[in-house]
Amino acid sequence: MTNSETRQEKSGNFVSVFFREAEIDTRMLAMLIALLAIWAVLYFLTDGIFLTPRNLYNLAVQSSVVGIMACGMVLIIVAKHIDLSVGSVLGFTGMIIAFLQVRVFTLDASWNWPLTIVCGLAVGALVGLWQGWWVAYRDVPAFVVTLGGLLVFRGAAYLVTDGQTVAPLDPTYQIFGGGIDGSIGALWSWILGGVAIAWMVVSTVRNRARRAKYGFRAKPVWAEAGTLILGVAAIAAFIIVMNSYYKPRTDIPRGIPVPVLILISVVVIMTLVSRITKFGRYVYAIGGNLEAAELSGIDVKKVTLWIFIIMGLLCAVAGVVTTARLNAGANSMGQLEELNVIAAAVIGGTSLNGGIGAVSGAILGAVIMQSLDNGMVLLGMSSAMRQVIIGLVLVVAVWFDVVYNKRKR
Amino acid sequence: MQTTPLVEMRHIHKRFGGVHAVNDVSIDLYPGEVVGVLGHNGAGKTVLIKTLSGAIPLDEGEILINGEKAEILTPRDARKYGIETIYQTLALADNLDAPANLFLGREIMTPYGTLDDGAMENESRKVIERLNPNFKNIKDPVRNMSGGQRQSIAIARAIYFNAKILIMDEPTAALGPHETAMVAQLIKQLKSEGIGIFLISHDLHDVFDLSDRVSVIKNGRLVGTRRTADVTKDDVLGMIIMGKLPPEKAA
Ligand SMILES: Nc1ncnc2c1ncn2[C@@H]1O[C@H](COP(=O)(O)OP(=O)(O)OP(=O)(O)O)[C@@H](O)[C@H]1O
Ligand SMILES: [Mg+2]
Repeated sequence: MTNSETRQEKSGNFVSVFFREAEIDTRMLAMLIALLAIWAVLYFLTDGIFLTPRNLYNLAVQSSVVGIMACGMVLIIVAKHIDLSVGSVLGFTGMIIAFLQVRVFTLDASWNWPLTIVCGLAVGALVGLWQGWWVAYRDVPAFVVTLGGLLVFRGAAYLVTDGQTVAPLDPTYQIFGGGIDGSIGALWSWILGGVAIAWMVVSTVRNRARRAKYGFRAKPVWAEAGTLILGVAAIAAFIIVMNSYYKPRTDIPRGIPVPVLILISVVVIMTLVSRITKFGRYVYAIGGNLEAAELSGIDVKKVTLWIFIIMGLLCAVAGVVTTARLNAGANSMGQLEELNVIAAAVIGGTSLNGGIGAVSGAILGAVIMQSLDNGMVLLGMSSAMRQVIIGLVLVVAVWFDVVYNKRKR
Repeated sequence: MQTTPLVEMRHIHKRFGGVHAVNDVSIDLYPGEVVGVLGHNGAGKTVLIKTLSGAIPLDEGEILINGEKAEILTPRDARKYGIETIYQTLALADNLDAPANLFLGREIMTPYGTLDDGAMENESRKVIERLNPNFKNIKDPVRNMSGGQRQSIAIARAIYFNAKILIMDEPTAALGPHETAMVAQLIKQLKSEGIGIFLISHDLHDVFDLSDRVSVIKNGRLVGTRRTADVTKDDVLGMIIMGKLPPEKAA
């Protein structure tokens, strides 16, 4: 059976036809253009420093922390909740990890850092379980539970060591922070890039085959090829830039930083979770129509609980990257990070009305937020001034979301 | 009739604070039968059938399925008894497409344990085509769909999973004449397959056309149940508006 759907009329210039046929989200496109514009402006304002490999490497590492947590925040917001505590939970789990590594376990033991990571993740999951339980089974609004959590876990982070900073950490552990040894070198970067490109091609072909099997309309070949070429170019450009930043006083390329690899793994896993599992489908259904979800027999409470557990776990992962990068545990880690994370999700197209959002968009949002922050640091702005700007960006981003949704209706 | 009823709802009560929404209502349903449930707005029809579909827990009373006492506390329980419901509010997630809504809570999975969206789309097209041949854009979010299209999805969802007991709360309120006729056709077919149907509607003509018996509810109380063949439309109007029960005719 072939689909009798009539092709939409083909008005508009080449570019708009391309984007429509390639089924590219106009909103994502707007964000991509905004990002390029921000980069261009910062490039000129910083006399080119912003776009040096060194700065882009740092930007990638910084974006990882926000990006990892934004992946969880997407699920939270899609289900029509909010988590204001992620920065504090990062701080708390990070302090636990540092404290265990330096003060409790034998510092030089090879099992030390893996065990502390496991403990950190477990604590993160428990924090999520705790907050999720209040939201799901005690019907306390997530806003209140996590606003409480913002204070509770910031305080708890302080209490772990009475406010003392714990340092230095295990040298191997520091790999997770993307420091001097925290990247995978030129060869492995290219191998990984090759795998990613191959995967893109294979999944595109398989997708077409699957649509053909059911007789659904597929995208035109040229649109598919165009999307593919853009994707390949982006991957190649990223690897070239990461390989152009050398280790200090050598000409050994650094390659892709480990935190970025962690981010990529989190993105892949969370994208799959949200797209091809029942759990992911239910998260979207709950955000779209809570009553319909309940009437369909979905165990809404259990799903909600798991959303928060995942968020707690991802905060702990971000805590690993942050402590490894600082080579220390400090109780101020992650302060105000909840704003960046929420802004990243919203800028990336996650609607605060629930039901709509994608992990990939949130990563773009994270890069936009970090680009602004990073650029403002390069420009020598005070942290007070940066807070003013980030706060305004958050408001404008939500306003944009409101306007965009009104237009679409 | 000698067979055991498919559904027996006995002395059902439901209160919301001070509102006694359903007050001591008893109705039943036999296999292959359509029972029309009628009543003014706010009479308690929706609340009554929601206690059967598991959406609202009942305060007092009991439900028997095939003569055995049934514990229906959640929509999931109701589905286990083969009860499918088309809700008046349709109960669709606006952000999901038609296949996702149709299979919500009962997704088709691939052998790898992942969602099989292709298979679900395929099945959805088949069942929706039966109801509404002009309905093609099923992959759009439901938000973008017309009232009638949304209703088609809700109906398709109720009939896809081989229901034994079907509850239809105003199933044709948003449908055009052609689609309404197709639903009437569908009801007759399901009836001949031995499925029992509770049909709630304000359209007396439809109810007279399709149902074997009518039960009328007024202010939460059952006025009475009559065989459709034994009463006139005026009799039923009297039951709905005045609560006046016409004398039962001997069979
Ligand atoms: N969730 C609820 N909470 C409180 N009161 C409710 C609730 N649901 C229904 N009611 C009340 O119960 C009564 C019966 O409502 P119901 O929805 O069953 O009416 P209905 O017969 O289906 O009317 P309609 O023909 O308008 O659909 C109404 O007075 C209504 O206000
Ligand atoms: Mg009703």
